[in-house]
Amino acid sequence: MNPYNYLYVAGLLFTIGAIGVIVRRNAIVVFMCIELMLNAANLTLVTFSRINGTLEGQVTAFFTMVVAACEVVVGLAIIIAIYRSRRSASIDDASLLKR
Amino acid sequence: MVTSSSLVYLIALPLFGAITLLLAGRRADKWGHLLGTAMSASSFGVGLYQLSQMLSRPTEERAIGQKLFTWIDVASFQVDAGLLLDQLSICFVLLITGVGTLIHIYSISYMSHDENRRRFFAYLNLFIAAMLLLVLGDSYLTLYVGWEGVGLASYLLIGFWNQKPAYATASKKAFVMNRIGDMGLSFAIMIAFATLGTVSFAGVKEASEGASETALTAIGIMLLVAAAGKSAQFPLQAWLGDAMAGPTPVSALIHAATMVTAGVYLIVRSNFIFDAAPTAQLIVVIVGAITLLFGAVIGTAKDDIKKALAASTMSQIGYMVLCAGLGPAGYAFAIMHLLTHGFFKAGMFLGAGSVMHGMNDSVDMRRYGGLRKFMPITFITFGLGYLAIIGVPPFAGFYSKDLIIETAFNAGGFKGILLGSITLLGAVITAFYMTRVMILTFTSPKRWEEDQHPHESPFLMWFPMVVLSIGSVTSGLLFYRGDALKNWLNPVFGDHGKDHYEEHLFEPIVVSAMALTAVLIGVGIAIAKYQLSEIDAVAPENVSIFTRIARKDLLQDSFNESVFMRPGQALTRLLVKGDENVVDGAVRGIGRTALGAGATLRRSQSGFARSYAALILVGAVALIAGIWVVTL
Repeated sequence: MNPYNYLYVAGLLFTIGAIGVIVRRNAIVVFMCIELMLNAANLTLVTFSRINGTLEGQVTAFFTMVVAACEVVVGLAIIIAIYRSRRSASIDDASLLKR
Repeated sequence: MVTSSSLVYLIALPLFGAITLLLAGRRADKWGHLLGTAMSASSFGVGLYQLSQMLSRPTEERAIGQKLFTWIDVASFQVDAGLLLDQLSICFVLLITGVGTLIHIYSISYMSHDENRRRFFAYLNLFIAAMLLLVLGDSYLTLYVGWEGVGLASYLLIGFWNQKPAYATASKKAFVMNRIGDMGLSFAIMIAFATLGTVSFAGVKEASEGASETALTAIGIMLLVAAAGKSAQFPLQAWLGDAMAGPTPVSALIHAATMVTAGVYLIVRSNFIFDAAPTAQLIVVIVGAITLLFGAVIGTAKDDIKKALAASTMSQIGYMVLCAGLGPAGYAFAIMHLLTHGFFKAGMFLGAGSVMHGMNDSVDMRRYGGLRKFMPITFITFGLGYLAIIGVPPFAGFYSKDLIIETAFNAGGFKGILLGSITLLGAVITAFYMTRVMILTFTSPKRWEEDQHPHESPFLMWFPMVVLSIGSVTSGLLFYRGDALKNWLNPVFGDHGKDHYEEHLFEPIVVSAMALTAVLIGVGIAIAKYQLSEIDAVAPENVSIFTRIARKDLLQDSFNESVFMRPGQALTRLLVKGDENVVDGAVRGIGRTALGAGATLRRSQSGFARSYAALILVGAVALIAGIWVVTL
């Protein structure tokens, strides 16, 4: 099977994730879209690793997963904290930084 | 050169007096005037001692010097603070300390009602010390210190009654106009050092022999600027009339006898420069000739007795400057007129002070009249000074002015005839305005108010006037007989003083006759106009345009104001505006730009996480697209 197809899938996933981040307001959904983009990147890394016959890409994918897991923990904690104080998970409501 | 260690006392004594009186403050009020007078008199004593020493030495050893200390010692710039007493300086030393002491004595009485008399004497002593330093310095730099010192003393004394704003303004005016002259002197010193490598008189004299004429002309013109500032010569003459705001003894000492003649001293002292720079010499002559007539014309229109005398001083110094500009033939005569003028003009100023003293400090001559009967001593001493200044033989001014007129005619060719005519015309006008002063003050019917009680001044005031009037009678003959002063001064000017005086345009007796005719014409006009007709107690208004211009000092102030003051103020305003708009504007502009940019960019910071994300995406896409395009 042509390995470039994986790249197309990865590109598609990344685009879906990016659009999701931009258009959706729900913090949980935005968060999932970010995960989608991370996994698109992981997929790309693995694909290139396969194409080139080396292991670096796959190792890096593991690193990305670890970082993503940590990020999920912190991110969900922030979302819950915001939800508790504002009773809303909409990220547009948390726009107080500009003041 | 013979060295002496006693020259410094000439300066140190009055300087000590000044410092003591200024530091002692009110404690010295009781005896301050006595100390001041004693210091001036003892300086005069040292001067007389130096003269007797000088007379006992052969001609070539008469000049003596004293090195005080090494002043500047930087690589090739070596200046010693040193004093030089030669035949020229001793004339000035005796004039300054002699007339100065008489005026100190006069001031004891004149200023006795002023509570700041001690301070007045401190300033007078300061002036004497500075003026002595000016004439005793052996280099231009030492002279410069004295030059600034007399400027300071003049400023302090003109503004002595500075509680009156007009007087304070007058002192500022004198100071500012003198600064222009001082700038000329400092330029002259700089040029002398740059081109000749030295600033001492002896060094410059030696170096000037091989120097380029351009450099010497530049130095000469700058020295003339300095002389014009200090001596109230055209075009820096406007301050002298206002300087009469000072107490009358100050006008007599500083603005008649000594300080204002410093310019003549400077030119005569720099004879070696002017001899080698004919262009500068010619300008000196022109300046002298213009001022001579300028001052004389102003003198005819003034009703203020002190301002009339001030205009006369300006005119007489014009004579001296003109004569000094005529080169070796004229130096000695310029100094001679300077000395005789020192006597009779100081005497007349003291006389004017005496009149003011008796007339409740009124200076308006149209309010005088008939004072001959009330102030006989003042009348006689003033009258002797008057006869001296208009040039009646055998009084002092006759000899000195006659010699100047003669020298002017002998200048050669058209120039000689022109200059001779100008000096003769000046003599006519001098005779006219001085006769006018005499008539208005002493011989015409009285025009003063009933509550004024003119009376003769006390002994301390008329004694100096008597001494000075003796000087105005005898000094001319004394200097003239056997060319006494000329032969005395000749070593200072080198030997070439002799050969210039061979050709006569007119015989001396003819010149004397012409000068006397001129005097008679002037006196005659004045008598016809003032003695034989009514004098208005208030200056008439319906007078010709010329009289009106002359009353306004020939528009000198209007000219200075419209040509220098107003454009100067406009320039200042322009610069202030430039400072506010350009310099401050740049600083403020930077701040405003930062603020404005911040305000504009702040709008892009919405706080919405999604818009940041969108921007990051756009940026990343743009970056990748850019890289793609570049590597394509």
